[in-house]
Amino acid sequence: MRETRDSSVAALPTQNRIIMSIELILFIIFGLVAAVSGILMITRANPVMSALFLIVNFGSLAGLYILLNAQFIAVAEVIVYAGAIMVLFLFVIMLLRPEHEKLAFKIPGIKAFSIVIAFLVFFQLAYVIFFAHPGLSLKPDVAASIKAGTVETIGRELFTNYVLPFEAAGYLLLAATIGAVVLAKKKFD
Amino acid sequence: MPVPIEYYLVLSAFMFITGVAGVLTRRNAIVVFMSVELMLNSANLTLVTFSSYLGNPIGQLFVFFVMTVAAAEAAVGLAIIIALFRNKLTMNIDEINILKW
Repeated sequence: MRETRDSSVAALPTQNRIIMSIELILFIIFGLVAAVSGILMITRANPVMSALFLIVNFGSLAGLYILLNAQFIAVAEVIVYAGAIMVLFLFVIMLLRPEHEKLAFKIPGIKAFSIVIAFLVFFQLAYVIFFAHPGLSLKPDVAASIKAGTVETIGRELFTNYVLPFEAAGYLLLAATIGAVVLAKKKFD
Repeated sequence: MPVPIEYYLVLSAFMFITGVAGVLTRRNAIVVFMSVELMLNSANLTLVTFSSYLGNPIGQLFVFFVMTVAAAEAAVGLAIIIALFRNKLTMNIDEINILKW
């Protein structure tokens, strides 16, 4: 789809417009699924349902990454987040006793207060984003964007300019593995 | 790039705020932890958006490292939750106050 669009930008404006609107429709679908599943995630009383809605959220995020031409990150999102991390979460939820969450707070009204604060911050952020209008100063280049998202480009950067952080990430994962085993094994004194 | 960059940024802001509301309103430690993951993902979405619109792969490299750190954080955090549950038999973060004095 990308290739045909690139070659037909000048030649076929009608087809180009159709593909543009398809991309916008896909963005709206994935964005709505991401937003709604996020809200459902924080409102379900059962933590298993929360985890499942979070997986839906990660799946739609992977779709958005594909729309942004970030193939490698989209695949890594599905494998690492929706696969590995959420399996870990679900295992821990099922290992521990599913107890009913005490939704009541010691201070009444703090829930409504936090929701109001969250929405205020959201409207502030949205106002700043639309007011600053970063799209005006950006000149998006579809070819450069496709090239930036490929496994080849990211792999080359990882193993040349960013090889030291890459090795550090490996040591971080080793330390986290050892730490998780030690923490989960022993009882506190 | 037919979708304006503002749409992605506002979606990311909304997901971040959803995560903040989850951390503030929920009392179950695991759900609070999942809300933190949601916030990490909204930051990732912003990084990928700018990386893609600028045609620069460095933002996506940072997302790769954020994913690594998130995996490490999830493993250690869930191990801490298991250890706390063994000790206090609860996942309610109001009752987990052993660092308070």
